Formats: sequence, structure tokens, C-alpha cells
Amino acid sequence: MRFMMFIYPKLQTQTAAAQDEAWMPSAEAVAAMGKYNDELSKAGVLLSLDGLHSPSEAVRVEFPSGKPPVVKDGPFTEAKEMIGGYWVIDVKSQDEAIEWAKRCPIGEGAAAIEVRQVFELSDFPPDLQAAAGYSQK
Amino acid sequence: MTQPDASAYRSYEAVWRIESARVIAALARRTGDVGLAEDLAHDAFVSALEQWPVSGVPQRPGAWLVTVGKRRWFDTLRRKGTLEGKQADLTRQAEVRQRLTGADFDDVEEEVGDDRLRLIFTACHPVLPREARVALTLRLVAGLTTEEIARAYLVREATVAQRVVRAKRSLSEARVPFELPPANQLRERLDAVLEVVYLVFNEGYAATAGEQWARPELCHEALRLGRIIAQLLPAEPEVHGLVALMELQASRLHARLGPHGEPVLLADQDRSRWDPLLVRRGLAALERASELANLPGNGRGLGQYGLQAAIAACHARAATLAATDWARICALYEALAQVAPSPVVELNRAVALSMAYGPEAGLDVVDSLVADPLLAGYYLLPSVRGDLLAKLGRFDEARADLERAASLTHNGREQRLLLERAAQMPPPGAPRS
Repeated sequence: MRFMMFIYPKLQTQTAAAQDEAWMPSAEAVAAMGKYNDELSKAGVLLSLDGLHSPSEAVRVEFPSGKPPVVKDGPFTEAKEMIGGYWVIDVKSQDEAIEWAKRCPIGEGAAAIEVRQVFELSDFPPDLQAAAGYSQK
Repeated sequence: MTQPDASAYRSYEAVWRIESARVIAALARRTGDVGLAEDLAHDAFVSALEQWPVSGVPQRPGAWLVTVGKRRWFDTLRRKGTLEGKQADLTRQAEVRQRLTGADFDDVEEEVGDDRLRLIFTACHPVLPREARVALTLRLVAGLTTEEIARAYLVREATVAQRVVRAKRSLSEARVPFELPPANQLRERLDAVLEVVYLVFNEGYAATAGEQWARPELCHEALRLGRIIAQLLPAEPEVHGLVALMELQASRLHARLGPHGEPVLLADQDRSRWDPLLVRRGLAALERASELANLPGNGRGLGQYGLQAAIAACHARAATLAATDWARICALYEALAQVAPSPVVELNRAVALSMAYGPEAGLDVVDSLVADPLLAGYYLLPSVRGDLLAKLGRFDEARADLERAASLTHNGREQRLLLERAAQMPPPGAPRS
């Protein structure tokens, strides 16, 4: 089973500069995270991972109903949480994914990790599978 | 004792899945006996199931399990020592005490890589028959229960249990040391390890028995084992070659299964259903394998797994069947036949030849294989031959071969597919379309 783990660092909501500064991790945090990633790798479960740039650089494309999309630039000081990065892991159960999430050296700055199962084609009912196959052709 | 609720129990099991190989390996390094180490590790886990519901899961559950396992071992030795009072045991005790003191937890962390590698090499030791290597690797390294292994292989649980017990006894009787093979034997011993991993993968990918055409859980376990070994032996080209091969083949797991669980052949697969993440990982692993294989000192080029991965990569890169670089695939099969000559490779080469240069070219090679005793009873030979004959319009011969292939396979789904194809052949005397 494939799971995504999203990391939600604690947000500095005041200014873009404060967000940027808080976003850049310390050398120790990077080393600890590197060790964690290494552990995921050596356990044979890590498929992919990425870290994301500061939310101050984020852009939102919003779709107000019945109107054309609206582009909004960050920082989004009203946002409660923003994704900082993700891992894709291949494990046997949700419990195993949770166990890996619990081991993340999240440090002082971060608030949460969300664990979500990745859809596989076989999770869809047959009509949706057919629709997916059809639309991709 | 407090009964852990179901979700707590599942989380302990998840801890076990993550930690068991490391715990067994750490204990095996100390005791020098893999079988004993596994028993100690299980005892430790039983203690965990009693204590964790009350105390909570320790910060470092792996180190906790190793410590409890070590204590259990020491207790056993001391009890024996007291009962027998032999000098040898006292000496042993002093040795044990020395091993038990000092770096208690930290060496678990530091030496983890090597310990797990020792465990893998021991489980795949050449003193063991192949089946025992597979069972032991799944049990000790992948952390599967006997029941899970039995279910995956459609054999009785008692059969697997017996296989594991016997394997552990053989290791102990042969006094197989818990260590890495010497440098001059590393490649050869590694071949045995990779063989076990690929056997597991293949049993999942092309189930030889039963109603299911594939048992993906075995593919996943093999992939996980391969990825672990690639991390532990990052400089070995063939490890990356095998990982590349498995990732690329696994990328097609969904596409090769029809809506009713029936097999879909490569030629008929909807390529948009190939898993792009696994394709990408496979191609990256293949690149690593090629780079390493071309380093001075490794100058033999890709090995059998790397070459098979390179063939799989030709398919992965082709957006359509028609875009497949069949000439390159022929060349790769030729190289593969040099490295790992086998009639099965020849049969595959024949298929590639027929795609690159027409059915006649393929049929020539297939016909040269018909008398090969190694392929007697191998259902893919008449299956391929039947296909080529059908393409050449020789329908009666084609039907006979396809029916023969159906009678030779033990997989129910595959059997039906072959019979369907046989039934599609125009009857004798019908005008050729």
C-alpha cells in the first residue's frame, strides 16, 4: 500500500520574511531529517520525497463559483497550515505508515504529519476504473 | 495484564515489522546463532506485548527489544551454568557478560547496516536448499509470519514451519558463522541472495499455481528486500539491476490484470496504466546499475538482472507496442544468452526476433528448442510456437500447440486464456483471412 506523509510545519503567520526565516531549517534539523530519510530507504519503504519552498512564495489559483479562476500571491497569513514537503512510502498497512510518521524527527518548529493512502486503480469501482482508462487514452 | 486494544496491537505489529530484522540481526551477532536469535527476538516481542500496553511503546523500541532479548539469553545461559557448573560455561559467561556490557543501545544503531546484511547472507547461505533460503529470508529478513508465507505459497503452515525449523537447525549444525562472506566470495554469495529475492518476486508475478494470476504481496516483499539490499550494498551493479528489473515489472502489475482478474499480455496492455513512479524508479536504478557495471574493475558490463532490466526498460520507454525497439531487445537477449545461457532466454529471444524481423525468424529459433529436454513440459514453448504459427496462417498446428500449452500450465487463468486463443483459430479448411 502506498501512503503519502505530508509534513505541516508550524506557520509563522506575521510576514513573508518571518515565514521565510522560519522555513529554512537548521543544519541539525537537516541532518536529523537526512538520517530519517536514510532509515526509510534502508527499510526499503521510501519511494519518493520532496521538500517545498516557503509558503511566502506560494501562489493560489482560486475558482470562485461561476467565475474565471483568480490568481492570488502569498504569503497567506490567514492560513492555519501549509504543506512543507511529503514522502511517498510503500508499506503493508496504515499502521506501519503511522509508525513511520511517528518516527519523524519533527523538531521544534513543526506541527503535524498527515498520513494519507494513495489511490490505486484497484481501489476504484469497476465503472470508475473504466472511466479512468478511457479518459487516459 | 492489561489487554491491548486492537489498534494498539496493530501498532505493536507495525513496530515489529519495522524492527524485527534489525533485532534478530543484532541478537544473532551476539549469540552467533540465527535460530536462537529469532527465538530470543520473539520472546522479547511477547514481553513487549505484555509491557507496552502499560508502559507505552518505548522511545526506541528496537533497542528495547534487543536489550530484553539479550537479558533472556543471559538468563538462560546462567541457569544452564548454575545447573551444570562447568568451567566451559563460566568462561562462556564471562565472555557473554563482556558482550552484554558496554555499548548497549548505540551499537545497535551504528552497526545496523552490516548486521542486517549478515542476516541476509546467512539466510541465503549455500548450505541450505533453495526452498529453505526463501522461507528463512521471508521470515527473518522480511518479517513475515509462517502463516503469511504459507498463504502466499499456497502450502500448509506446518510445511513452512518445518522448513524454517530445519533450515535453522542446518545453519546451526553446519556452524555457519554470522558474518559477511569474504571479499573474494562476495559476488558469488550475492548471486545466491539475489536469486532468492527474484524467486520470491517471480512467484508473485507469475504465480505458478492457484487461481490468481499474480500475488502482488510477494512482489512487494521482494521489492522491499531488493531495495534494502541496494541500500546496504550500494556499489554492486547487479543489485541495482535486479531492483530495476523488479520495479519495471511491478509497474505493469495493474495493467496485466483484466477486469475479471484474467491475464492481459504485454502486447495488449493499456500502457497508460503502467505505474509511472515505478517506471521512473526502475529506469533510475538501471542507470545506476549501468554506471557501476562500467566502472573499471566491474568491467563485465551488465549482468543477467541488469540486462533483463534493460529489456524491460525498452518496453517501458515505448509509448506503443509498435514503437518498441525490438532490434535492441534482440541484441540484449543475445547478450543475456552469453551471461546466463538458458533455453528460456532463447525462447524470449525468438519472440523478440519475430517482432523485429517477422514470425519466420522467431519460429526458426523456437523449432531448434523443441527437442531441448530442459523445456519439455514448459508451457510457454508451445504457447509461443502456437502464436507464431497462427501469424504464419498455419492454424491447425497453432491450435494443437495452444491446446498443448493449456494442458501444461497449472495456472487456471492462464489455461483458460490459452484455450480461448486455440478456439479462435479458424477451423480446418476455412478460408484464410
